[in-house]
Amino acid sequence: MSMSASASPGIVIIGAGQAASQAVVSLRAEGFEGAITLIGDEAEPPYQRPPLSKKFLAGEIGFDRVELKPAEFYANAHCTLMLGTRVTAIDAKAKTVTTGDGHVIAYTKLLIATGSRVREINVPGFDLKGVHYLRSVGDVHEIQSHFKAGARMVIVGGGYIGLEVAAVAKKNGLDVTVLETANRVLARVVDPIVSRFYERVHAAAGVNICTDVTVVGFEGDADHNVTGVNAGDGKIFPCDFVVVGIGILPNAELAEMAGIEVSNGIVVDECTRTSDPDIFAAGDCTNHPNGVFDRRLRLESVQNAIEQGKTAAAAMTGKDKPYNQVPWFWSDQYDLKLQIAGLSQGYTQAVTRGNPDTDNNFAVFYLKDGVLIAVDAVNRPPEFMMSKMLIAQHAKLDPARLADETINMKEVAKA
Amino acid sequence: MTKVTFIEHSGKEHTLDVADGLTLMEAATKALIPGIDADCGGACACATCMVFVPEDWAGKLADKDPMEDTMLDFCEHSAENSRLACQIKVSPALEGIRVTMPESQH
Repeated sequence: MSMSASASPGIVIIGAGQAASQAVVSLRAEGFEGAITLIGDEAEPPYQRPPLSKKFLAGEIGFDRVELKPAEFYANAHCTLMLGTRVTAIDAKAKTVTTGDGHVIAYTKLLIATGSRVREINVPGFDLKGVHYLRSVGDVHEIQSHFKAGARMVIVGGGYIGLEVAAVAKKNGLDVTVLETANRVLARVVDPIVSRFYERVHAAAGVNICTDVTVVGFEGDADHNVTGVNAGDGKIFPCDFVVVGIGILPNAELAEMAGIEVSNGIVVDECTRTSDPDIFAAGDCTNHPNGVFDRRLRLESVQNAIEQGKTAAAAMTGKDKPYNQVPWFWSDQYDLKLQIAGLSQGYTQAVTRGNPDTDNNFAVFYLKDGVLIAVDAVNRPPEFMMSKMLIAQHAKLDPARLADETINMKEVAKA
Repeated sequence: MTKVTFIEHSGKEHTLDVADGLTLMEAATKALIPGIDADCGGACACATCMVFVPEDWAGKLADKDPMEDTMLDFCEHSAENSRLACQIKVSPALEGIRVTMPESQH
């Protein structure tokens, strides 16, 4: 133990998701040679979450294909993994974190990469057996235990998670019902054109999509197993199990308790610095400035986790590599790849390219006062790739050219 | 196991023994080869795992599907012999393949 006595405590990372894993890689790439300790409350080493509701749920890939780095990576990087360990407090004055099992760990710099957690449904019967959420590998295994042809599944929430799960379940021969409170699926994030398209696709696959339905409770049997979903007015949807996908919440409480500024996520600057000079935050848990959109964002995406992980590693080693990106996302359902660039919030015009009523590929461009701010591209990589660049440039585009399929996407911005 | 060589833009070479069935992208990211970002983890959603495949190897790979083809068409550094590493499954037929990385993936 040549260096332990005099060496500084090093960098502690709370959380073991995509941002945390990226930070370890990037810290070593930035030349940081001190100790790194990664503390995660799940049993598994860092893994990718996007496949959980897609290929991993479908059983097409195993854990070896979703884990981010092989186990030997952490050993080679001299990174101590403390898995199955929850941090219960940060003492910003003493510069320590305390774990659930009573360990106190000192840090020189701290990275909070605690991610987000599912929003829970707070109705009678919420704790019945067979009511599931989908956020972790463990959740997927529980859901898969119900995957038997003909089993009746009710999905609460017609967002991306709900619809991705519906697509996988349908392929496995389940009887699938999706209940959505709004009058259309994906209402929070896409134009009605895109909602209608996905409702048509799921209906054609045999998924029963019910909009304008608000769940008021779950029904159970004597053994405490869920048997139905109560939608009020005496309407019950019988089921064998339930998956609830009604959004996620940032894990910002630890930061807040430590006196760090929190407002819809942990408030950071463009270099992931929090209000404490030795504490940084990255990923889903942050509220961060975005230069492209000139406002603060809280994003739920892999891209955000990766890029902020890189920025945090740079910042913790004294370098400014500001995070400034056009957000992008994707969703796989059936043979449809939806690629999203930008944020459509506040759009004044939606322009469609292609025919979503008859085809399985099209794009919807979102313009705000003529400037492209987002795109939803279904099986349309050119529209996605080109839009990502044009959004960054704040390009003002002619809607007629965007809609004109005879004009190549590479030419669409030309006058 | 199949021997695969990744060549950084600088010319630095990395030769790996890769388990058959993995993709070139997975092999590279698990081994921390610089120059393959693979932000989406292999969903063919981001085009940040582009490699250049020499002509004599191109014929041994499965053809590009339209998704990969059009993604590549819009990548900044793409060329005639570009492929997305996440779409190339490693098999014994690729023993000894050498692929080159672009200057950057963005």
